Amino acid sequence: MGARGERGRAPVNARIGVVTFPGSLDDGDAARAVRLAGGEAVRLWHADAALRGVDAVVLPGGFSYGDYLRCGAIARFAPVMEKLADAARGGLPVLGICNGFQILCEAHLLPGALTRNQHLHFRNRDQWLRIESTGTAWTNSFTEGQEVLIPVKNGEGRYVAAAHTLDALEGEGRVVARYVRGNPNGSQRDIAAIANEAGNVVGIMPHPEHAVEMLTGPSLDGLAFFTAILKHLAGATG
Amino acid sequence: MARVVVDVMLKPEILDPQGQAVANALPRLGVRDVASVRIGRRVEIEFAGAADLDLARQIADKLLANPVIEDFTVRAEDAAWEPEAKGAGRP
Repeated sequence: MGARGERGRAPVNARIGVVTFPGSLDDGDAARAVRLAGGEAVRLWHADAALRGVDAVVLPGGFSYGDYLRCGAIARFAPVMEKLADAARGGLPVLGICNGFQILCEAHLLPGALTRNQHLHFRNRDQWLRIESTGTAWTNSFTEGQEVLIPVKNGEGRYVAAAHTLDALEGEGRVVARYVRGNPNGSQRDIAAIANEAGNVVGIMPHPEHAVEMLTGPSLDGLAFFTAILKHLAGATG
Repeated sequence: MARVVVDVMLKPEILDPQGQAVANALPRLGVRDVASVRIGRRVEIEFAGAADLDLARQIADKLLANPVIEDFTVRAEDAAWEPEAKGAGRP
């Protein structure tokens, strides 16, 4: 599997950074998903103010800095995040998964916030999502309205934002995915993933990196997020 | 040493499931007159010198609270915890 046999799909050596914070859990799985998709995973360390020339970055799931204070609140001030925030505002593709989504909201790279699940329980299950926007760097491999099965596992995954922000997200096509067949955490308007205005920064609560191999996941649907970024980079570099 | 206390509360329009869970437990204590409970966070900042309320406000705004979902208040407080030390007689 992967781009070795499909060189037309991705630039040779597309370098996808995966950041490890103290308390990150899914950095290894995210790096593995990048490799399975055909990219080169570049491990980045929270304390290094360096992006090592990567073409895109994944902020993985977990409990950065122990989730102390609020999920993502302290990670936001990590040296690597200061570099990343500037680069993201300049167009660098960034995918925040679960805790990564929380960090992107705390860093104000995405609007809104993730709060305690409405029912107060940690929820870990395979979850159906409907892809609502295929215009982002991370979802161009899907068809609009496609339903995908991806694991969700969070205690603080309830997406909230002011009503006018939610209206703007919907009006501008920036709701990237919604929960279908049951909302696992009480997210407003069933929102599971959103994008920034430019579409290069995406935050998603469920875990596409856990749905890349049938041995360990419920589907291969998550892999499309990682092939999408390679496709996006191939287009961007001609 | 000077203490500044920062109280962080979810905005009124943000659902507080923890507070609801506590409110729902109160009848088990025989308490029935409580309309609602909301839970926040109290942060105590000890300054080495004089209390700097402006700096405390910056800390609260940038880190202790998420202005998207939370409000905060900042106030100076006597460093001594004992209630009797709070009153008159302290310069």
